[in-house]
Amino acid sequence: MTTIIPFGPQHPVLPEPVSLKLEIDNDVVVGVLPSLGYVHRGLEKFIDTKDYNQTLYICERICGICSALHGVTYARAVEKLFDVEVPERAQYLRVIWGELNRIHSHLLWLGLFADGFGFESLFYECWKYRESVLDIMEMTVGNRVIHSMAKVGGTSKDLSKEHIDLILKTLDTLEPKIKDIEKVFVNNYTVKKRLVGLATMSKQLAYEAGTAGPTLRGSGNAIDVRETEDWDIYRDLDFKPVVEKDGDCYARTKVRIGELYESIKLVRNAISKLPNGEIAVPIKGSPTGEAIMRCEMPRGEVVYYVKGKGTKNLERLKIRTPTFANIPSLLLTLPGAKLADVPIIVLTIDPCISCTER
Amino acid sequence: MSLAKSPWIIHVNCNSCNGCDIEVVACLTPLYDAERFGLLNIGTPKQADIMVVTGSVNYKSVNVLKNIYNQIPDPKVVLAVGACASTGGIFHDCYNVIGGVDQIIPVDAYVPGCCPKPEAIIDGVVAALSILENKKKGNIRGKEVKLKGKEVASNA
Repeated sequence: MTTIIPFGPQHPVLPEPVSLKLEIDNDVVVGVLPSLGYVHRGLEKFIDTKDYNQTLYICERICGICSALHGVTYARAVEKLFDVEVPERAQYLRVIWGELNRIHSHLLWLGLFADGFGFESLFYECWKYRESVLDIMEMTVGNRVIHSMAKVGGTSKDLSKEHIDLILKTLDTLEPKIKDIEKVFVNNYTVKKRLVGLATMSKQLAYEAGTAGPTLRGSGNAIDVRETEDWDIYRDLDFKPVVEKDGDCYARTKVRIGELYESIKLVRNAISKLPNGEIAVPIKGSPTGEAIMRCEMPRGEVVYYVKGKGTKNLERLKIRTPTFANIPSLLLTLPGAKLADVPIIVLTIDPCISCTER
Repeated sequence: MSLAKSPWIIHVNCNSCNGCDIEVVACLTPLYDAERFGLLNIGTPKQADIMVVTGSVNYKSVNVLKNIYNQIPDPKVVLAVGACASTGGIFHDCYNVIGGVDQIIPVDAYVPGCCPKPEAIIDGVVAALSILENKKKGNIRGKEVKLKGKEVASNA
């Protein structure tokens, strides 16, 4: 005899509305039925009425957490249609802001995750350190969350000498703080008790389920679009993907903490190599043809498909977001788990529902 | 004065892009520390006084919103945070977006911005507190919002 328990759409653990109908047998989950659509706005249709420059602002508002990289990926896709070369300084600036965005996103997730297993002081700790990254954003681009720094053809903002000093100073103070919270996440007895061995996915299973980002790399697959994609900047910056073997919730947490250090290193390297020059090239005409662009978001690989028809507005914009790829892994890992572990397992893929449903 | 000294808020994400949501949560964390006003983020509507809504309303989330609103005991105050919750924002033209939250439930205070800064959100909550106190004195009750048919049970 099984019972159906609704998880969401309004749930204290979830910041976003997603509904999972859990089939429970004696406190153990035996079946899951996800129901999506609470955050569907219809943005891929909406861009019909906007020109390709206005579409950038809509892409940035697909998700407020990874907004910088949504904008960058869309801009790169449209630049591929126009076949223009973006100035090198603009490409470095995009990497700097993109990686700062990743630091803020991972610290946010670590906090929400700590809150998910009831460790409230750790949650406050993570969010306190995240504010220093948001201060950089507010100083350099003028807004804390929606950054709007990318534009088709380059970037709309530049970094001055004071900005670079602020970024380096903040990263120097942030790094030891991250070491402090890493100690808690990695060594704390209670945290380990909750996470080790939970929702394990083997290397093969994670690959075949089509997962993306830290969920994929937590299972031992060294796949990171920053390394594989044809975006030369990352190769110059000495980037290495962070990989853990175990494939459980603990391993995925360690991957995200490792990526914090990796992002800090990338920002430092990018600043040390930042060339002088223009930050944008003017773009004229209307896009034609089709292009695909991939990028590594904080949550995994995003794929943008754009198609132009020779008018100002695009004919088609299709986005495959990382959470869309990661939700099937929930259907594989949730059966067999205890009801009390469901919030942790759901949070461990770092769900971003507003990305998924658009 | 007791109610205005310890108002509990419920945060409802109703078709939002996450931007306003993380700023609402940021209000409660140490740098902004809304808890010094007695605010506490609470998971259940039955214990809440202030409903903080982010994002516009779409055809699927409309009944969730109504349901949560009806479950909050009187007196209650609704605070619409962000451009989308106030008017629909840049998404007001989308085919699945009905519009701002005030088209569905009565809204008492608006916080504009995309996204509003935490200072602005706290300012909005403090403004909502005086409205809450007035409602308590005048014994003003929120109208029950009618739900449509059988969708209620499945979305509750």
